[in-house]
Amino acid sequence: MQVQSMHFKARSGQKLADVRLQSNLRKLATKFVAGRALAITELDDFEATRDDAVARRNLALADLDVWIERFEQAAAARGTTVLFAETPAEASKLVVAIAKRHGVRKVTKSKSMVSEEMALNKALEAAGIQPVETDLGEYILQINDSEPPSHIIAPVVHKDKEEVSDLFAKVHARPKLTDIAELTHEAREILRPHFLSSDMGVSGGNFVIAETGSVALFTNEGNEGMCTIVPNVHVAVTGIEKVLPTLDDLAAIARLLPRSATGQSISNYFSILTGTRAEGEPDGPEHSYVILVDGGRSGLIGGEFQDMLRCIRCGACMNHCPVYQKIGGHAYGWVYPGPMGSVLTPSYVGLEKTLDLPQAATLCGECHVVCPMKIPLPDLLRKLREKQFDRHLRPWTERFGLAAWRFAATRPALYRPMVRVASRVMRWVGGDKRAIRKLPMAGGWTDTRDIPAPAGPTFKERWALRGGQGSAAPSSRPPSSAPSPPKPPEES
Amino acid sequence: MRVGLFVTCLVDLMRPEIGMATVSLLESAGCTVEVPMTQTCCGQPGFNSGDTAAARDLALKYLDEFERFDYVVVPSGSCGGMIRCHYPELFRDDPDLRNRVDGVAARTWELTSFLHDVLKIEQLPGAFEGEVTYHDSCSGLRELGVQQQPRALMALNPKIRVTEMNDARACCGFGGTFSVKYGDISTAIVDEKIANVHGSGARCVVLGDLGCMLNIEGRLRRTGDTETRVLHVAQVLAGDA
Repeated sequence: MQVQSMHFKARSGQKLADVRLQSNLRKLATKFVAGRALAITELDDFEATRDDAVARRNLALADLDVWIERFEQAAAARGTTVLFAETPAEASKLVVAIAKRHGVRKVTKSKSMVSEEMALNKALEAAGIQPVETDLGEYILQINDSEPPSHIIAPVVHKDKEEVSDLFAKVHARPKLTDIAELTHEAREILRPHFLSSDMGVSGGNFVIAETGSVALFTNEGNEGMCTIVPNVHVAVTGIEKVLPTLDDLAAIARLLPRSATGQSISNYFSILTGTRAEGEPDGPEHSYVILVDGGRSGLIGGEFQDMLRCIRCGACMNHCPVYQKIGGHAYGWVYPGPMGSVLTPSYVGLEKTLDLPQAATLCGECHVVCPMKIPLPDLLRKLREKQFDRHLRPWTERFGLAAWRFAATRPALYRPMVRVASRVMRWVGGDKRAIRKLPMAGGWTDTRDIPAPAGPTFKERWALRGGQGSAAPSSRPPSSAPSPPKPPEES
Repeated sequence: MRVGLFVTCLVDLMRPEIGMATVSLLESAGCTVEVPMTQTCCGQPGFNSGDTAAARDLALKYLDEFERFDYVVVPSGSCGGMIRCHYPELFRDDPDLRNRVDGVAARTWELTSFLHDVLKIEQLPGAFEGEVTYHDSCSGLRELGVQQQPRALMALNPKIRVTEMNDARACCGFGGTFSVKYGDISTAIVDEKIANVHGSGARCVVLGDLGCMLNIEGRLRRTGDTETRVLHVAQVLAGDA
């Protein structure tokens, strides 16, 4: 997918002004946030479950090369061909080559964010192959001029039922439906012939399992089986970091993934796909491939961002992010939005193209609190800010401001009188209302908020008046020129 | 008990009365308060902007000024979090300094945790009256675990009635320089916080951090709400408001 992250500011402004989007984004809090909070209480010991899963992921990542090799061997033993792609574009070429080898004309796809990285649909179309998205959300996006997803779990969370209803009526050229069940039924009617005439299915892979050579998939709509079992060829595309050593590891993490993602104890469908159709088996593909995509991941191994590779793509960080909740996913400008995206996108596509992403976070820490893999997202965002600062990628005004602040803050003899003057100026500008309505260089604040001005002399001035440094001072109240603040409202 | 007060740059300039309320709380609990007058800022603006060298300079300055105290008290969760959680990271590669920084970091306390967890105070000097709602500031809550302490302290005064708002733990949208760089997003977030404050019915929101305070108050006043009060927990506990 083409990177649009450089337009973050303009896009986030548009998203904030979009009344409909604002109302649609409220679903996040009611559905996902509340759902997760409830679902984790089903576990006897959520913390211990999390610690255990983190340890398992860390062990897998510590010897990633070994586990990838084991996976490759085990998969090959069951008839699956494992291929490697250094870049997402290379992965697309591999998929196209596989399709051509098997004479494929139509590909049915189950939702895969890695395939979004690869811009796979474009590559297939360019090769004359028809890709059909079959996840309902992805299908809606595809028929809406291939709009990008705005969430990794709920790709169409930014739309409401009415938008989908209008879109279906227009694209399907059928009478407009308004009932959700009827709408999904219509999508099903459209998709069914595609499933039956598909030559090849493409899916992602939540995990691949080294001991069995399997691909594990968590889904909710049943379309995945129609893509991975019905067609003659199945290709799974996923990141190289998604290898788990054992099925036991998968079971441990399966306790966390749906709960963190959608608040479900387990997803509606959970598949472990192993190899090709064996003799005597009634279904399954004759040809099975797994493409492991690097796409910048190996660059994180052994470095200060390695924790990020634990990510299991649950989306809890974005669901709980105060910024994502206000602007949605499109403003982030690439496949992965929210806090995990603000770490991954700069790492995968370059810090220069994504200057806003590490900055556009309040560092409130909620993403770290809810992350089932305990990824210290705020620390990682801060580390990216450090890189931006060190590489002089921030605007000169910001660098100048920081340098001036540092100069003053490290020189108490200068700092104290400066603060005294600042206090007086602010009180003067603030006037009777004690409100500063405009301040140079701080328009970002004062356009929409006052700066409440100080009520009186600085603390240090008051402390000095009270008797200086220390302990011998009487504990009487300091003199103050401050007008007394309004009294709290009387109890009724 | 000798206590150093790190008053924070924002309290010093913007809300000096919070510093005085803090002193009054500590003194009434029997502490001897000292204020090193060379103190400036904890370094968080630099740290969060990627300027770790500046953050390190200010951490060393803090070490110099406060290492001699048994306890250091900070009326702010975010400066407290900076000192307790992030100072040690800054000296990862210097074991000697790291040791000293670890020491002073562990002796540094956010005000309400100090009063509640260390001093275990059982009465308040002040006589604040009224209904309030409490906003959990992010760093205090998530880095220092400050949640129950301010509520327990307010409960010591039966005339303070705390009515919880929805999503009290949600960020107010301040985020340091974020509030200026992405003012529109920040404002959208604080509007939600304000709606929750209003929804609680309380006409006074109490919190433990200056950033949130200025953000919430600044937005309230700009949108014409001159009634809802925004107070630091120290002011409410000391009865100074």
